[in-house]
Amino acid sequence: MPGQSVGVVESQRAHFDQPLHLRSGSVLPAYDLVYETYGTLNAARSNAILVCHALSGHHHVAGHYVDQPNNVGWWDNIVGPGRPLDTDRFFIVGVNNLGGCHGSTGPSSLNPATGKPWGAAFPMVAVIDWVHAQARLADHLGIESWAAVMGGSLGGMQALRWSITYPERVRSAIVIAAAPKLSAQNIAFNDVARQAILTDPDFHGGNYYEYGTRPVRGLRLARMLGHITYLSDDQMGEKFGRELRNSAFSFGFGVEFEVESYLRHQGDKFAGHFDANTYLLMTKALDYFDPAREDNGNLTATMARSKANFLIVSFSTDWRFSPARSKEMVAALLASGRDVSYAEIGLNFGHDSFLMDDAHYHGVIDAFLRNIKP
Amino acid sequence: MTTHRAPARDSQNQAPAGAAQTCGEAAPTPRTGQLTHTLGRADFDLITAWIAPGDRVLDLGCGDGTLLKHLIETRGVHGWGVEIDDATVLAAIRNGINVIQGNLEKGLDEFADQAFDHVVLSRTLQTVRHTEGILREMLRVGREAVVSFPNFAYWKNLRSVLEGRMPVSEDLPYQWYDSPNVRFFTLLDFEDLCDRTGLVIRERHVLDEEGNLVENDVNFLGSLAVYRLTLNR
Repeated sequence: MPGQSVGVVESQRAHFDQPLHLRSGSVLPAYDLVYETYGTLNAARSNAILVCHALSGHHHVAGHYVDQPNNVGWWDNIVGPGRPLDTDRFFIVGVNNLGGCHGSTGPSSLNPATGKPWGAAFPMVAVIDWVHAQARLADHLGIESWAAVMGGSLGGMQALRWSITYPERVRSAIVIAAAPKLSAQNIAFNDVARQAILTDPDFHGGNYYEYGTRPVRGLRLARMLGHITYLSDDQMGEKFGRELRNSAFSFGFGVEFEVESYLRHQGDKFAGHFDANTYLLMTKALDYFDPAREDNGNLTATMARSKANFLIVSFSTDWRFSPARSKEMVAALLASGRDVSYAEIGLNFGHDSFLMDDAHYHGVIDAFLRNIKP
Repeated sequence: MTTHRAPARDSQNQAPAGAAQTCGEAAPTPRTGQLTHTLGRADFDLITAWIAPGDRVLDLGCGDGTLLKHLIETRGVHGWGVEIDDATVLAAIRNGINVIQGNLEKGLDEFADQAFDHVVLSRTLQTVRHTEGILREMLRVGREAVVSFPNFAYWKNLRSVLEGRMPVSEDLPYQWYDSPNVRFFTLLDFEDLCDRTGLVIRERHVLDEEGNLVENDVNFLGSLAVYRLTLNR
């Protein structure tokens, strides 16, 4: 993709004192959100785009830190001068969601009431809670309405939720590789991942911080399972096939096939830094997401509350949230008379396609954003 | 299959619908493979005249959205298009048009019954294999269907075949080996199908290759036909 990276960035922190009433009925008395911004908010404060992160993402969307040149944002390839999220035109905001483990208040943060990490006491958070918290960050930044709210996967669900809950504050919504709710199969995968964590002897009912340990084994398994669902069968076949690390079978349970090596590496890498309680919370937020529940399952009635101009994007090889799931949203938007475009991108990387630097995919995002008048 | 519309000649000569048009331009050169539509196509003007301000319009095989953009600008319609081709979907999004990527051969499942006032299929019916299916779907999702297509029995096409060659014309601009067209039919054939499937022809306009309205002997003198259809309910 032409264009440049945003270069050196800094993260910021905002503290919120007003209690947040959560979907679960719990109340979070106060909380911090860490966020990053790229580009310049214009005088009319009308050129802001919110980028929502997925399961394991965070606020560091683009660029790198001055002392960490290799710590590049998770969606760096789409943000920067001359890129689709053009920082010469737009003011981009990335935020770590509540319950996260990258600086915003979450299970690993200190609970002011006890002086100890929240752990299992951290309340369950839903997508709508994140959206309410993000709305307060928007207030804090002086952003009355977003030029666009966007994201892939769970991030796309936040964009959808924004458009329903704050219709006056979202002028466009870009919903990529998402679904209007999870299927039984989606929930089943999430539950196996959670079971891996919950049954790890090092989990200690979620209060492992106090024991100086972490449920690394469970989290590693959860990530390995998740990773399989992010890739396509074709891509795994092309990348690994039945390649062996050594030329012959060893008739043991060590790493033999290349795909095993890859998955174990991904699992180790993730389990080394991510917080298991955050993983549990994020997967539950996914499972609970179902905005049409407010309308007895009638997604058309739900989407009729939105006022945004929508771009829905799916990927042909994504079987986690397949094109058919995106079309459910498209059908509801059409039936409620919303402005909507839909592109099905032929990319071979399964669910992970949404992070890829592909000229057509990025061209679609770019074309849509060029019609947004800040 | 493809839903690309045939490219059309540039025309400076936009006559209001229903008025006879004259065209003194030199014979156009077919531009095979080009996707971008040209405003001022005679069938666009006819279609525009049938659509009321504020109508909800679905344009099947919308290409880069030229017709919808025209209808939005001149009629203030609320419009959506369907297009299959990646590059064309991208072009339509760039034009600020609502476009849904999809395959007309698979029906219009994303669209609810009677969601639109008009469903347009401009110069595309001949590229669709499931002719009856798409016509039925158009009138399921829309109150009225607008269909335009090239007439295979146009005298120049017949002459071409008599001379031993497949016709290449303004409205059939492809060579036999690169044509997206899969169905070749005439006005009479189409009207027989309408009759048999309960489609009511509300209005019909027939144009010659220069975009002039043809009044007599339309199946022989007409190169392009534009129909306004409803269901016999």
